Amino acid sequence: MSRETALVTTDWVTENLKNPKVVFVEVDEDTTLYEQGHIEGAITFHWRDDLQDGLVRDLVSKEKFEALLSKNGIANDTTVVLYGGNNNWFATYAYWYFKIYGHQDVRLIDGGRKLWELKALPLVKEVPARAATRYVAKERDNSIRAFRDEVIAAIGTLNIVDVRSPAEFSGELAAPAHLPQEGGQIKGHIPTAKNIPWSKAANEDGTFKSEEELKSIYVGAGVDLAKDTIAYCRIGERSAFSWFVLHELLGVNNVKNYDGSWTEYGSLVGVPVAVGA
Amino acid sequence: MKTCGATPGGPSLDGVDLSTQSIIQGVVLKEGVDDGVPNGVPVANAHVRLLDSHGDFTAELPTNVDGQFRFFAAPGSWTLVVLAPGVRKELSVSAALGVPADLVIQI
Repeated sequence: MSRETALVTTDWVTENLKNPKVVFVEVDEDTTLYEQGHIEGAITFHWRDDLQDGLVRDLVSKEKFEALLSKNGIANDTTVVLYGGNNNWFATYAYWYFKIYGHQDVRLIDGGRKLWELKALPLVKEVPARAATRYVAKERDNSIRAFRDEVIAAIGTLNIVDVRSPAEFSGELAAPAHLPQEGGQIKGHIPTAKNIPWSKAANEDGTFKSEEELKSIYVGAGVDLAKDTIAYCRIGERSAFSWFVLHELLGVNNVKNYDGSWTEYGSLVGVPVAVGA
Repeated sequence: MKTCGATPGGPSLDGVDLSTQSIIQGVVLKEGVDDGVPNGVPVANAHVRLLDSHGDFTAELPTNVDGQFRFFAAPGSWTLVVLAPGVRKELSVSAALGVPADLVIQI
């Protein structure tokens, strides 16, 4: 993967608004943003109602994912272009999700909704009607998803990257500072994890830094890119962002997103925890 | 548009346990052309970034339809950066338990 296959620019979006092969999908943490205005022709997925199982804590089943895409007129050969607020956190999570279920051509708008707004590009309220398809997903690709037992086994051996803010890593905060302070049962981080906040990879306007800068951020923090890497945060969205940087932009293989993240790990009985910077 | 009687600042603190939260909040306003309201009109979807005392990014929010935002920070010194089309404004602010920092930011 590379920037050329994984990212599109806002100019590209403007040129492809009417492209019938392309479906724009907005995925936000604040799900009211889409109703306030979205890119012309874009549909939206709700990060919880559409993308979480709801009964067990897990991704939706293959059948539910197929139904979601079919209902929204996404075909197997559609170019899916994701974007969202909050520096594309939930959009990169959806990108990872599309990759889990084997979608061929999925991309992200560099800068997401923020850059679109900062450029004062047009947003519309009209919700498009799309003809249904019969989407067929692949079986889940768990080579990009980490589970708790492999995270525990990775302590002291593989790269573990904690992409939360320094205050969450040290145990000062339990959640990002724009949310009420709820999280795992305890505060802190997974021992031997390196704290490389997701935000290091983004420019102020929400676009990604250059590949050279990105690589130096991880290598400079002591991540050996020849080894397997597991990224985590609080609930798996910010770490999907960092997974995207490593796996999709830098083309590093063997990078997994631990979507159980701190809300799972910080509630496990008997696992080691570290605090402090 | 804000009416003349509205209290400037961030969203209502009803239901927020101030004894456990150090809040930084406020409203982003821009002088309107035709609105005739001295405080200006709220700017929805401005982007407010919270940087820690080392200048490192901690969190970011778009303002709501009333131009408001709220961070649940830790006590200490913080920097806010407000981004809107053609605008970048930086402010220093302190957070403390029990006493919300409530700001009116003109851009």
